[in-house]
Amino acid sequence: MNNPGLSDIWVYLSATPLLGLTVTLVAYGLAYRFYLKTNGSPLANPVVTSVAMLITLLLVSGISYNDYFAGGQFVHFLLGPATVALAVPLYQQFSRLRQLWLPVLISLICGVGIAAGSSVLLARLLGGSLEVQMSLAPKSATAPVAMGISENIGGLPSLTAVLVVITGIIGAVLGTKLFEWIGVKDDTAKGIAMGVAAHGIGTARAFQVSSRMGAFSGLAMALSAFATAILVPWMVDWIQGLF
Amino acid sequence: MQFLNGITLLLVYQLAGEIIVRLLGVSIPGPVLGMVMLFVTMMIRGRAPESVEQASTGLLSHLSLLFVPAGVGMITHFGRIADEWLPITLALLLSTVITMVATALIMQQTSRWFTKTGQMQGQNDE
Repeated sequence: MNNPGLSDIWVYLSATPLLGLTVTLVAYGLAYRFYLKTNGSPLANPVVTSVAMLITLLLVSGISYNDYFAGGQFVHFLLGPATVALAVPLYQQFSRLRQLWLPVLISLICGVGIAAGSSVLLARLLGGSLEVQMSLAPKSATAPVAMGISENIGGLPSLTAVLVVITGIIGAVLGTKLFEWIGVKDDTAKGIAMGVAAHGIGTARAFQVSSRMGAFSGLAMALSAFATAILVPWMVDWIQGLF
Repeated sequence: MQFLNGITLLLVYQLAGEIIVRLLGVSIPGPVLGMVMLFVTMMIRGRAPESVEQASTGLLSHLSLLFVPAGVGMITHFGRIADEWLPITLALLLSTVITMVATALIMQQTSRWFTKTGQMQGQNDE
Protein backbone atom coordinates (compact mmCIF):
# COMPACT_ATOMS: atom_id res chain seq x y z
CA MET A 1 0.00 0.00 0.00
CA ASN A 2 2.86 2.49 -0.58
CA ASN A 3 1.07 3.77 -3.64
CA PRO A 4 -0.87 6.87 -2.49
CA GLY A 5 -3.56 6.25 -5.11
CA LEU A 6 -4.39 2.85 -3.67
CA SER A 7 -4.49 4.02 -0.08
CA ASP A 8 -6.82 6.87 -1.10
CA ILE A 9 -9.12 4.31 -2.62
CA TRP A 10 -8.90 2.26 0.58
CA VAL A 11 -9.78 5.28 2.72
CA TYR A 12 -12.79 5.90 0.50
CA LEU A 13 -13.93 2.28 0.55
CA SER A 14 -13.69 1.86 4.31
CA ALA A 15 -15.87 4.93 4.84
CA THR A 16 -18.76 3.83 2.64
CA PRO A 17 -21.36 1.08 3.05
CA LEU A 18 -20.78 0.14 -0.61
CA LEU A 19 -17.97 -2.30 0.20
CA GLY A 20 -19.84 -4.20 2.93
CA LEU A 21 -22.96 -4.55 0.81
CA THR A 22 -21.09 -5.58 -2.32
CA VAL A 23 -18.89 -8.20 -0.64
CA THR A 24 -21.98 -9.69 1.04
CA LEU A 25 -23.73 -10.14 -2.30
CA VAL A 26 -20.58 -11.35 -4.09
CA ALA A 27 -19.79 -13.86 -1.31
CA TYR A 28 -23.35 -15.17 -1.35
CA GLY A 29 -23.31 -15.38 -5.15
CA LEU A 30 -20.10 -17.42 -5.10
CA ALA A 31 -21.36 -19.58 -2.23
CA TYR A 32 -24.62 -20.22 -4.05
CA ARG A 33 -22.79 -21.20 -7.25
CA PHE A 34 -20.60 -23.58 -5.24
CA TYR A 35 -23.76 -25.00 -3.64
CA LEU A 36 -25.27 -25.66 -7.08
CA LYS A 37 -21.97 -27.27 -8.23
CA THR A 38 -22.22 -29.79 -5.37
CA ASN A 39 -25.78 -30.60 -6.53
CA GLY A 40 -27.28 -28.97 -3.48
CA SER A 41 -25.32 -30.90 -0.88
CA PRO A 42 -26.54 -29.69 2.54
CA LEU A 43 -22.90 -29.58 3.66
CA ALA A 44 -22.21 -26.83 1.12
CA ASN A 45 -24.98 -24.65 2.62
CA PRO A 46 -24.50 -21.17 1.09
CA VAL A 47 -24.88 -19.45 4.47
CA VAL A 48 -21.93 -21.40 5.90
CA THR A 49 -19.67 -20.79 2.92
CA SER A 50 -20.48 -17.11 2.56
CA VAL A 51 -20.18 -16.38 6.30
CA ALA A 52 -16.81 -18.22 6.34
CA MET A 53 -15.59 -16.23 3.32
CA LEU A 54 -16.68 -12.90 4.82
CA ILE A 55 -15.17 -13.61 8.26
CA THR A 56 -11.89 -14.55 6.59
CA LEU A 57 -12.03 -11.36 4.54
CA LEU A 58 -12.63 -9.21 7.64
CA LEU A 59 -9.85 -10.93 9.59
CA VAL A 60 -7.36 -10.62 6.75
CA SER A 61 -8.20 -7.03 5.76
CA GLY A 62 -8.71 -5.75 9.31
CA ILE A 63 -12.10 -4.18 8.46
CA SER A 64 -14.18 -4.04 11.66
CA TYR A 65 -17.57 -5.71 11.88
CA ASN A 66 -19.17 -2.29 12.42
CA ASP A 67 -17.70 -0.97 9.17
CA TYR A 68 -18.77 -4.13 7.37
CA PHE A 69 -22.27 -3.93 8.86
CA ALA A 70 -22.68 -0.36 7.59
CA GLY A 71 -23.22 -2.11 4.24
CA GLY A 72 -24.46 -5.47 5.50
CA GLN A 73 -27.36 -3.79 7.29
CA PHE A 74 -29.18 -3.22 4.00
CA VAL A 75 -29.41 -6.98 3.51
CA HIS A 76 -30.07 -7.59 7.21
CA PHE A 77 -32.90 -5.03 7.15
CA LEU A 78 -34.83 -7.12 4.63
CA LEU A 79 -35.40 -9.80 7.30
CA GLY A 80 -38.22 -7.57 8.60
CA PRO A 81 -40.26 -7.36 5.37
CA ALA A 82 -39.37 -11.03 4.71
CA THR A 83 -41.08 -11.92 8.00
CA VAL A 84 -44.19 -9.98 6.92
CA ALA A 85 -43.95 -11.77 3.54
CA LEU A 86 -44.44 -15.12 5.31
CA ALA A 87 -48.14 -14.23 5.39
CA VAL A 88 -48.26 -15.19 1.70
CA PRO A 89 -47.22 -18.90 1.95
CA LEU A 90 -49.37 -19.04 5.08
CA TYR A 91 -52.36 -17.80 3.10
CA GLN A 92 -51.63 -20.04 0.10
CA GLN A 93 -51.42 -23.15 2.28
CA PHE A 94 -54.42 -22.18 4.35
CA SER A 95 -56.77 -24.81 2.91
CA ARG A 96 -54.32 -27.59 3.78
CA LEU A 97 -53.68 -25.99 7.12
CA ARG A 98 -57.40 -25.99 7.87
CA GLN A 99 -57.58 -29.77 7.40
CA LEU A 100 -54.50 -30.31 9.54
CA TRP A 101 -54.91 -27.45 11.99
CA LEU A 102 -55.06 -29.60 15.11
CA PRO A 103 -51.93 -31.72 14.40
CA VAL A 104 -50.09 -28.57 13.27
CA LEU A 105 -51.12 -26.67 16.39
CA ILE A 106 -50.06 -29.52 18.70
CA SER A 107 -46.72 -30.04 16.91
CA LEU A 108 -46.08 -26.32 16.84
CA ILE A 109 -46.66 -25.74 20.54
CA CYS A 110 -44.66 -28.85 21.50
CA GLY A 111 -41.87 -27.97 19.04
CA VAL A 112 -41.53 -24.35 20.16
CA GLY A 113 -41.59 -25.46 23.81
CA ILE A 114 -39.00 -28.18 23.24
CA ALA A 115 -36.72 -25.85 21.24
CA ALA A 116 -36.65 -23.17 23.93
CA GLY A 117 -36.80 -25.50 26.96
CA SER A 118 -34.10 -27.91 25.80
CA SER A 119 -31.65 -25.18 24.78
CA VAL A 120 -32.02 -23.24 28.06
CA LEU A 121 -31.83 -26.41 30.18
CA LEU A 122 -28.85 -27.86 28.31
CA ALA A 123 -26.92 -24.57 28.48
CA ARG A 124 -27.78 -24.32 32.16
CA LEU A 125 -26.69 -27.87 33.00
CA LEU A 126 -23.43 -27.39 31.09
CA GLY A 127 -22.63 -24.22 33.01
CA GLY A 128 -23.55 -21.56 30.45
CA SER A 129 -24.04 -18.01 31.77
CA LEU A 130 -27.53 -16.57 32.16
CA GLU A 131 -26.93 -14.24 29.21
CA VAL A 132 -26.06 -17.19 26.98
CA GLN A 133 -29.11 -19.14 28.19
CA MET A 134 -31.41 -16.19 27.42
CA SER A 135 -29.73 -15.63 24.06
CA LEU A 136 -30.29 -19.30 23.20
CA ALA A 137 -33.96 -19.48 24.22
CA PRO A 138 -35.51 -18.01 21.02
CA LYS A 139 -32.87 -19.55 18.68
CA SER A 140 -35.34 -21.52 16.56
CA ALA A 141 -37.38 -18.46 15.54
CA THR A 142 -36.45 -16.36 12.53
CA ALA A 143 -33.77 -13.70 13.22
CA PRO A 144 -35.72 -10.44 13.74
CA VAL A 145 -38.23 -12.20 15.97
CA ALA A 146 -35.56 -14.02 17.97
CA MET A 147 -33.53 -10.83 18.42
CA GLY A 148 -36.58 -8.94 19.70
CA ILE A 149 -37.42 -11.70 22.18
CA SER A 150 -33.81 -12.04 23.31
CA GLU A 151 -33.74 -8.34 24.14
CA ASN A 152 -36.96 -8.62 26.14
CA ILE A 153 -35.79 -11.56 28.26
CA GLY A 154 -32.26 -10.33 29.00
CA GLY A 155 -30.19 -11.98 26.27
CA LEU A 156 -27.81 -10.33 23.82
CA PRO A 157 -29.67 -9.70 20.54
CA SER A 158 -26.49 -9.78 18.43
CA LEU A 159 -25.38 -13.09 19.98
CA THR A 160 -28.89 -14.44 19.42
CA ALA A 161 -28.63 -13.51 15.74
CA VAL A 162 -25.48 -15.63 15.47
CA LEU A 163 -27.06 -18.54 17.38
CA VAL A 164 -30.15 -18.33 15.15
CA VAL A 165 -27.98 -18.62 12.05
CA ILE A 166 -26.01 -21.59 13.47
CA THR A 167 -29.26 -23.30 14.49
CA GLY A 168 -30.64 -22.86 10.98
CA ILE A 169 -27.47 -24.30 9.50
CA ILE A 170 -27.52 -27.33 11.83
CA GLY A 171 -31.15 -27.95 10.88
CA ALA A 172 -30.52 -27.54 7.16
CA VAL A 173 -27.43 -29.78 7.19
CA LEU A 174 -28.76 -32.60 9.41
CA GLY A 175 -32.51 -32.39 8.75
CA THR A 176 -33.07 -34.74 5.82
CA LYS A 177 -30.70 -37.40 7.26
CA LEU A 178 -32.43 -37.24 10.66
CA PHE A 179 -35.88 -37.68 9.12
CA GLU A 180 -34.57 -40.68 7.20
CA TRP A 181 -33.20 -42.28 10.40
CA ILE A 182 -36.39 -41.85 12.39
CA GLY A 183 -38.47 -43.04 9.44
CA VAL A 184 -40.56 -39.90 8.85
CA LYS A 185 -41.37 -39.86 5.13
CA ASP A 186 -44.30 -37.46 4.97
CA ASP A 187 -43.19 -34.12 3.51
CA THR A 188 -45.81 -32.31 5.59
CA ALA A 189 -44.36 -33.59 8.88
CA LYS A 190 -40.78 -33.00 7.66
CA GLY A 191 -41.62 -29.45 6.61
CA ILE A 192 -43.32 -28.60 9.90
CA ALA A 193 -40.33 -29.94 11.87
CA MET A 194 -37.85 -28.07 9.69
CA GLY A 195 -39.70 -24.76 9.97
CA VAL A 196 -40.19 -25.04 13.73
CA ALA A 197 -36.58 -26.02 14.47
CA ALA A 198 -34.59 -24.24 11.76
CA HIS A 199 -36.66 -21.23 10.54
CA GLY A 200 -35.67 -19.62 7.21
CA ILE A 201 -32.41 -21.44 6.58
CA GLY A 202 -34.18 -24.76 7.14
CA THR A 203 -37.04 -23.60 4.88
CA ALA A 204 -34.61 -22.77 2.08
CA ARG A 205 -33.32 -26.35 2.38
CA ALA A 206 -36.87 -27.76 2.54
CA PHE A 207 -37.79 -26.09 -0.77
CA GLN A 208 -34.93 -28.07 -2.32
CA VAL A 209 -36.53 -31.36 -1.25
CA SER A 210 -40.06 -30.56 -2.45
CA SER A 211 -42.31 -27.55 -2.79
CA ARG A 212 -44.75 -29.17 -0.37
CA MET A 213 -42.07 -29.56 2.29
CA GLY A 214 -40.95 -25.99 1.64
CA ALA A 215 -44.45 -24.58 1.90
CA PHE A 216 -45.12 -26.36 5.18
CA SER A 217 -41.72 -25.34 6.49
CA GLY A 218 -42.47 -21.71 5.63
CA LEU A 219 -45.84 -22.04 7.28
CA ALA A 220 -44.31 -23.57 10.42
CA MET A 221 -41.66 -20.85 10.49
CA ALA A 222 -44.34 -18.15 10.30
CA LEU A 223 -46.50 -19.76 12.96
CA SER A 224 -43.58 -20.51 15.24
CA ALA A 225 -42.36 -16.92 14.99
CA PHE A 226 -45.72 -15.99 16.44
CA ALA A 227 -45.79 -18.84 18.98
CA THR A 228 -42.21 -18.15 20.11
CA ALA A 229 -43.02 -14.48 20.69
CA ILE A 230 -45.90 -15.47 22.93
CA LEU A 231 -44.64 -18.65 24.64
CA VAL A 232 -40.90 -18.20 25.16
CA PRO A 233 -40.80 -15.17 27.53
CA TRP A 234 -43.35 -16.90 29.72
CA MET A 235 -41.55 -20.28 29.54
CA VAL A 236 -38.18 -18.79 30.40
CA ASP A 237 -39.66 -17.26 33.56
CA TRP A 238 -41.06 -20.62 34.49
CA ILE A 239 -37.73 -22.45 33.93
CA GLN A 240 -35.92 -19.81 35.98
CA GLY A 241 -38.31 -20.54 38.82
CA LEU A 242 -37.56 -24.28 38.73
CA PHE A 243 -33.95 -23.97 39.89
CA MET B 1 -43.95 -1.62 -10.71
CA GLN B 2 -45.68 -4.69 -9.29
CA PHE B 3 -42.58 -5.62 -7.28
CA LEU B 4 -42.26 -2.07 -5.96
CA ASN B 5 -45.92 -2.01 -4.91
CA GLY B 6 -45.47 -5.34 -3.19
CA ILE B 7 -42.38 -4.25 -1.26
CA THR B 8 -44.16 -1.02 -0.29
CA LEU B 9 -47.13 -2.96 1.07
CA LEU B 10 -44.85 -5.28 3.07
CA LEU B 11 -43.08 -2.25 4.55
CA VAL B 12 -46.40 -0.54 5.35
CA TYR B 13 -47.56 -3.64 7.25
CA GLN B 14 -44.23 -3.90 9.06
CA LEU B 15 -44.36 -0.22 9.99
CA ALA B 16 -47.94 -0.55 11.21
CA GLY B 17 -46.89 -3.62 13.22
CA GLU B 18 -43.98 -1.77 14.83
CA ILE B 19 -46.16 1.22 15.72
CA ILE B 20 -48.96 -0.89 17.18
CA VAL B 21 -46.70 -3.07 19.38
CA ARG B 22 -45.13 0.12 20.76
CA LEU B 23 -48.51 1.77 21.38
CA LEU B 24 -49.85 -1.32 23.14
CA GLY B 25 -46.57 -2.11 24.90
CA VAL B 26 -46.78 -5.83 23.99
CA SER B 27 -43.66 -7.98 23.58
CA ILE B 28 -44.56 -9.41 20.13
CA PRO B 29 -42.01 -8.24 17.51
CA GLY B 30 -43.44 -5.73 15.01
CA PRO B 31 -42.82 -7.80 11.85
CA VAL B 32 -44.75 -10.73 13.38
CA LEU B 33 -47.77 -8.53 14.03
CA GLY B 34 -47.35 -7.15 10.49
CA MET B 35 -47.43 -10.71 9.15
CA VAL B 36 -50.59 -11.51 11.12
CA MET B 37 -52.30 -8.33 9.89
CA LEU B 38 -51.35 -9.03 6.27
CA PHE B 39 -52.65 -12.59 6.62
CA VAL B 40 -55.93 -11.36 8.09
CA THR B 41 -56.25 -8.78 5.27
CA MET B 42 -55.82 -11.50 2.63
CA MET B 43 -58.34 -13.74 4.41
CA ILE B 44 -60.90 -10.92 4.43
CA ARG B 45 -60.29 -9.96 0.79
CA GLY B 46 -60.16 -13.61 -0.23
CA ARG B 47 -56.99 -13.35 -2.32
CA ALA B 48 -53.30 -12.47 -2.22
CA PRO B 49 -52.59 -9.36 -4.36
CA GLU B 50 -50.22 -10.24 -7.20
CA SER B 51 -47.80 -7.48 -6.19
CA VAL B 52 -47.44 -8.85 -2.66
CA GLU B 53 -47.12 -12.37 -4.03
CA GLN B 54 -44.28 -11.28 -6.33
CA ALA B 55 -42.41 -9.34 -3.65
CA SER B 56 -42.83 -12.15 -1.16
CA THR B 57 -41.58 -14.83 -3.58
CA GLY B 58 -38.60 -12.60 -4.38
CA LEU B 59 -37.68 -12.09 -0.74
CA LEU B 60 -38.36 -15.63 0.42
CA SER B 61 -36.54 -17.36 -2.45
CA HIS B 62 -33.22 -16.01 -1.17
CA LEU B 63 -34.08 -15.96 2.48
CA SER B 64 -30.72 -17.52 3.41
CA LEU B 65 -28.86 -14.49 2.04
CA LEU B 66 -30.62 -12.26 4.54
CA PHE B 67 -29.05 -14.18 7.44
CA VAL B 68 -25.48 -13.69 6.21
CA PRO B 69 -24.67 -10.28 7.82
CA ALA B 70 -25.97 -11.57 11.18
CA GLY B 71 -23.87 -14.73 10.76
CA VAL B 72 -20.74 -12.67 10.13
CA GLY B 73 -21.50 -11.06 13.52
CA MET B 74 -19.99 -14.22 14.99
CA ILE B 75 -16.71 -12.35 14.66
CA THR B 76 -17.68 -9.99 17.49
CA HIS B 77 -18.65 -12.88 19.75
CA PHE B 78 -15.58 -15.07 19.28
CA GLY B 79 -14.51 -14.30 22.86
CA ARG B 80 -17.75 -15.39 24.48
CA ILE B 81 -18.15 -18.35 22.16
CA ALA B 82 -14.59 -19.48 23.06
CA ASP B 83 -15.29 -19.04 26.81
CA GLU B 84 -18.57 -20.93 26.72
CA TRP B 85 -18.04 -23.15 23.71
CA LEU B 86 -19.19 -26.35 25.42
CA PRO B 87 -22.65 -25.20 26.60
CA ILE B 88 -23.18 -23.22 23.39
CA THR B 89 -22.18 -25.98 20.96
CA LEU B 90 -23.94 -28.82 22.76
CA ALA B 91 -27.08 -26.81 23.52
CA LEU B 92 -27.36 -25.72 19.87
CA LEU B 93 -26.65 -29.13 18.38
CA LEU B 94 -28.65 -31.32 20.75
CA SER B 95 -31.55 -28.94 21.13
CA THR B 96 -31.93 -28.54 17.36
CA VAL B 97 -31.75 -32.31 16.80
CA ILE B 98 -34.20 -33.04 19.65
CA THR B 99 -36.61 -30.36 18.40
CA MET B 100 -36.58 -31.65 14.82
CA VAL B 101 -36.97 -35.31 15.74
CA ALA B 102 -39.69 -34.65 18.33
CA THR B 103 -41.66 -32.25 16.12
CA ALA B 104 -41.53 -34.58 13.09
CA LEU B 105 -42.67 -37.58 15.15
CA ILE B 106 -45.42 -35.61 16.92
CA MET B 107 -46.68 -34.22 13.60
CA GLN B 108 -46.60 -37.67 11.96
CA GLN B 109 -48.41 -39.30 14.86
CA THR B 110 -51.04 -36.62 15.43
CA SER B 111 -51.89 -36.32 11.72
CA ARG B 112 -52.40 -40.12 11.63
CA TRP B 113 -54.78 -39.93 14.57
CA PHE B 114 -56.77 -37.09 13.12
CA THR B 115 -56.95 -38.50 9.59
CA LYS B 116 -58.16 -41.84 11.04
CA THR B 117 -61.04 -40.13 12.78
CA GLY B 118 -62.83 -39.31 9.54
CA GLN B 119 -60.84 -36.51 7.83
CA MET B 120 -59.91 -38.66 4.83
CA GLN B 121 -61.01 -36.02 2.35
CA GLY B 122 -57.76 -34.26 3.20
CA GLN B 123 -55.84 -36.83 1.15
CA ASN B 124 -58.11 -36.76 -1.90
CA ASP B 125 -57.02 -33.48 -3.38
CA GLU B 126 -53.37 -34.55 -3.59
